[in-house]
Amino acid sequence: MKIHEYQARQLLTEAGVPVPESEVVENATQAVDAYKKIGGKVVVKAQVFAGGRGKAGFVKLCDTEAEVKTAAEFMFANRMVSNQTGPEGIEAKKLLIATAVDIESEYYIAVVLDRGRRCPVVMVSREGGVEIEEVAANNPNAIAKQWLHPHLGLQGFQAAELISALGLTDKAQAKAARKVLNGLVKVFYDYDCALAEINPLVRTPDGEILAIDAKMNFDDSAVFRHPRLQEMFDPSEENAMELRAKEHNLSYIALEGNIGCLVNGAGLAMATMDIIKLHGGEPANFLDVGGSVTKEGAIEAFRIILSDGTVKGVLVNIFGGIAKCDTIAEALIAAAKEIGFKIPVVVRLEGTNVDRARELLKEAAIPQLIGAADLTDAAEKVCAKVA
Amino acid sequence: MSILVDKNTKVICQGITGKAGAFHTGQCLEYGTKMVGGVTPGKGGTKSEHDLPIFDSCRAAVEATGADVSLVFVPPAFAADAAMEAAAAGMRFVILITEGVPTLDMVKARKYLDDAGTLLLGGNCPGIITPGQCKIGIMPGYIHTPCEGGRKAVGIISRSGTLTYEAVWQCSSRGFAQSTCVGIGGDPVKGLNFIELLKMFQEDDETDGIVMIGEIGGTDEEAAAEFIRDNVTKPVVAFIAGRTAPPGKRMGHAGAIISGGEGTAESKIAALREAGVKVTESPATIGEEMAKRLA
Repeated sequence: MKIHEYQARQLLTEAGVPVPESEVVENATQAVDAYKKIGGKVVVKAQVFAGGRGKAGFVKLCDTEAEVKTAAEFMFANRMVSNQTGPEGIEAKKLLIATAVDIESEYYIAVVLDRGRRCPVVMVSREGGVEIEEVAANNPNAIAKQWLHPHLGLQGFQAAELISALGLTDKAQAKAARKVLNGLVKVFYDYDCALAEINPLVRTPDGEILAIDAKMNFDDSAVFRHPRLQEMFDPSEENAMELRAKEHNLSYIALEGNIGCLVNGAGLAMATMDIIKLHGGEPANFLDVGGSVTKEGAIEAFRIILSDGTVKGVLVNIFGGIAKCDTIAEALIAAAKEIGFKIPVVVRLEGTNVDRARELLKEAAIPQLIGAADLTDAAEKVCAKVA
Repeated sequence: MSILVDKNTKVICQGITGKAGAFHTGQCLEYGTKMVGGVTPGKGGTKSEHDLPIFDSCRAAVEATGADVSLVFVPPAFAADAAMEAAAAGMRFVILITEGVPTLDMVKARKYLDDAGTLLLGGNCPGIITPGQCKIGIMPGYIHTPCEGGRKAVGIISRSGTLTYEAVWQCSSRGFAQSTCVGIGGDPVKGLNFIELLKMFQEDDETDGIVMIGEIGGTDEEAAAEFIRDNVTKPVVAFIAGRTAPPGKRMGHAGAIISGGEGTAESKIAALREAGVKVTESPATIGEEMAKRLA
């Protein structure tokens, strides 16, 4: 789960990380009022998840009320299109108006999970304000890291190493940086982050240390224990179909192709997409119905797949373990009755209760259903049907 | 031989009175696993629906039954705690089936179990099976083939559940046995990983070949490739799921995500091929490729 920049700033502020004064607004009038309050030079930033805001004109520096008004009106009237949004773009519902500070140096600091070492790692770099992946690729030595003990968190000496790597030798600045590090690590642990990033952290000409932009991702498996995050959740930034699938305990991701997939198990679902591609087709989605699939869940899965108008054929691939093949067969028959199949549905079933399932499908005699002997046969058949 | 578990392994189930715990304890018993009890706090002193004794704590269960393996079906919020409780009670091996355990809980639990000298498998995994001897998990037992009658045997290590069944099925259909099949699970931070298990299968007399099933996310397959190059002489056939997965999207499993250019199928496949592993293009040819190497 992600949150907006203004929400990340709230969490950081509460953890003692200094950020410039700011207001969140929902229309141009509020934007002007916010400017009256803050004054001076401000930056107006659209609150959307996608990156590339600056290039798209959705981050603007303003000096006057009139400029703020123009910028806000533009951002509310237009959809933002960047290399991260797709051509249809996204709508900004909120803007952040923040004091624009003079910058002497920009830094990067982040806490992220290191899967290989099975612990969080704090990363800092003097090359702030650019994508960390870029720094990692071009100048990996510019990134300093400290791995956190799984039970002990950030230790004092580790913070000192990181601050030294940032080159902050002035006593007051080092102290301020330590506060930022501790605050960021606290947010990471307190809210079960997958990523907590401040980029850039800046030093102003008068030596002040401030967090200018922040990005946070949270562990989806931990959101249940954070009511605060549940309140911050913004469904409008999510894919509607993916949310609908989630409500039915289905894991669904829309893709570009025209062959729908209905599979049990995440690994097998990915493998099914791969084998479709291998045989010259293009998968339209990832869909894992899970281990304990019910008839209702499977019918909903069909509804979701078939609601995508570009789908020209469906591959059902079930290896029955805990999920039983006859349950899927019943769901197929019920879905054919309730929704009606207008496109070919290739079915490959194996595993628990497969004989019973095959009998059921034979009795039902649904013309659009095409049986497959094995996985290769299934992929070949569905690819041939949509070709 | 087999790795990690066999017909003498004594197992308790943590969460034995829950729906999944009760059902799968029954399935494991039916397969022949020595399930000797269960733990559900507050229900100590009663019997489960399988007539197994229930204990309030792992400590009590271990004292009374001598079990040294625990199968955990505890809900996500309490799963890491349950694994640590098992370790504190002196369990040798904890098998965590639960899906959706918070990652930072797993970070803590894994370190705790490491320090206690307890092995962990999972979470978010189907468990482990030594065909014909014991099944400690949720996989369908009947697709597996025991080592007997001079059949060649493969060891299987996999991040995916149903894709493992697929590989088992393909091997069984071609007349191969499985020494042991281990589902290591789809979470980003987990217990036993490819390298530890590759080492065990390499050393296991009964294992003739190894099937390894990976997927996008992380760099465990790359690390495994390096290990195989230097240490594994038995034939290894691999499949990596997720070539067609878009970056930045979590593909069902919490750990199956390409992020910041890391974790792509291409990188894993290239590393494994370089280490001499046969990586199949199709998930349907795992058994076929293994057959060529065991002929």
